Amino acid sequence: MSTSLVEQLHGGLDAPICLTWELTYACNLSCVHCLSSSGRRDPRELSTDEAVAVLDELRDLQVFYINIGGGEPMIRRDFFPIVDHAIANGIGVKFSTNGAFIDDEAARRLAAMDYLDIQISLDGTDAPTNDAVRGDGSYDTARRAMDRLAGAGFGPFKISVVVTRHNVDQLDEFQALADSYGAQLRVTRLRPSGRGADSWHELHPTNAQQRQIYQWLLAKGDRVLTGDSFFHLNALGEPLPGLNMCGAGRVVCLIDPIGDVYACPFVIHDQFRAGSVREPGGFTAVWRESELFRSLREPQSAGACASCGSYDACQGGCMAAKFFTGLPLDGPDPECVGGEGELALAGVTSAPRPAMDHTRPGAAPVLFRRK
Amino acid sequence: MLDRALRLHPQVAVRPEPFGALAYHYGNRRLVFLKHPDMVRVVRSLDEHDTVADTLTACGIDQARWPSFDRALTDLVESEVLVGTDGAP
Repeated sequence: MSTSLVEQLHGGLDAPICLTWELTYACNLSCVHCLSSSGRRDPRELSTDEAVAVLDELRDLQVFYINIGGGEPMIRRDFFPIVDHAIANGIGVKFSTNGAFIDDEAARRLAAMDYLDIQISLDGTDAPTNDAVRGDGSYDTARRAMDRLAGAGFGPFKISVVVTRHNVDQLDEFQALADSYGAQLRVTRLRPSGRGADSWHELHPTNAQQRQIYQWLLAKGDRVLTGDSFFHLNALGEPLPGLNMCGAGRVVCLIDPIGDVYACPFVIHDQFRAGSVREPGGFTAVWRESELFRSLREPQSAGACASCGSYDACQGGCMAAKFFTGLPLDGPDPECVGGEGELALAGVTSAPRPAMDHTRPGAAPVLFRRK
Repeated sequence: MLDRALRLHPQVAVRPEPFGALAYHYGNRRLVFLKHPDMVRVVRSLDEHDTVADTLTACGIDQARWPSFDRALTDLVESEVLVGTDGAP
């Protein structure tokens, strides 16, 4: 890729290439690594009319597609009208779901829609591995949803896996499962965001496993989707497919259920809140004029990583991973493959807490309940 | 490639950017960067001409740059952003 293009992307675009929109904080599950600490609906969530107005703005900005998540987006009673409005306006929809609300009728309805991609979340190829992270019964729920989509002729849906210490050895099995459905596999990086702030230290892959993930992804090439989330591994050698940059506030962002705009889906915290779609000027003004996004589009300091020969390859890794593990933003990623992150983590005494917690009372994450 | 008749795939949208444009294929979900404004002009005017060579001439592209345009357009056919006017890939 040409240097000038990379520079332009770092400098930000007039509109995001794609954005993530968490439609609700309500969720039937309580996954231990939930990026948005979801569970209870927030009474301030955007109304249907407000959501439609945001979609009209995104149409005018020519945003090609949005990633819808939550919470569990299908809990919203206006889920289908919102998705229909997006697609009718040329905005493709990719949505993430745990599958609990995909009954036979929903599967048929989804299968009839164009420009719709579905990602079913699954974090283990067997119930014990998956349910330890996502909750009792969630493996069976996800598999049932996959069976229904396949039965309804949806076509190639996606199976979306967050790679952890406990499922990293199942990558080939995940691929086989995806193949058995004619589905596409998507694997993403575990972030210490939301409830993940509490579970990351015991769930994130070890340094040896990071290398295992890199080799596996390299062998798969672009057949496996990653959301470009593993660019910190590029310090190991040949770059993985993708843009190889942090797109936060430059080419991507997050709209949360109450309309707040954050730099990316992994930084729900006041420090990374750029504004709200409810303010005058709407989303467009936030994207183009927020002080935070302007500063993220300035050249970033390599800081402690400046003297490392791998900086150009890994770009210092993920801003969110550093922030929520208490590391400076201009230093190594906590999962730096050179081991610098582990050294830095040893000196951390406190880390920022996620801004909001919608965890349902009593819905203690299973990982901890099992102990 | 230069003697072919090409046009944008009907499921492709082009969004202008300072560096050129983003092209998104709603069918295969591929996002492609058109990395120069000249390339965007060429891609947009392909269907007004019988061949790629005619388009390059009409857009005032210097012949010295034709090989690089040939390569870039080949990539765009590969990713199905462009198709033959007869619908052939």
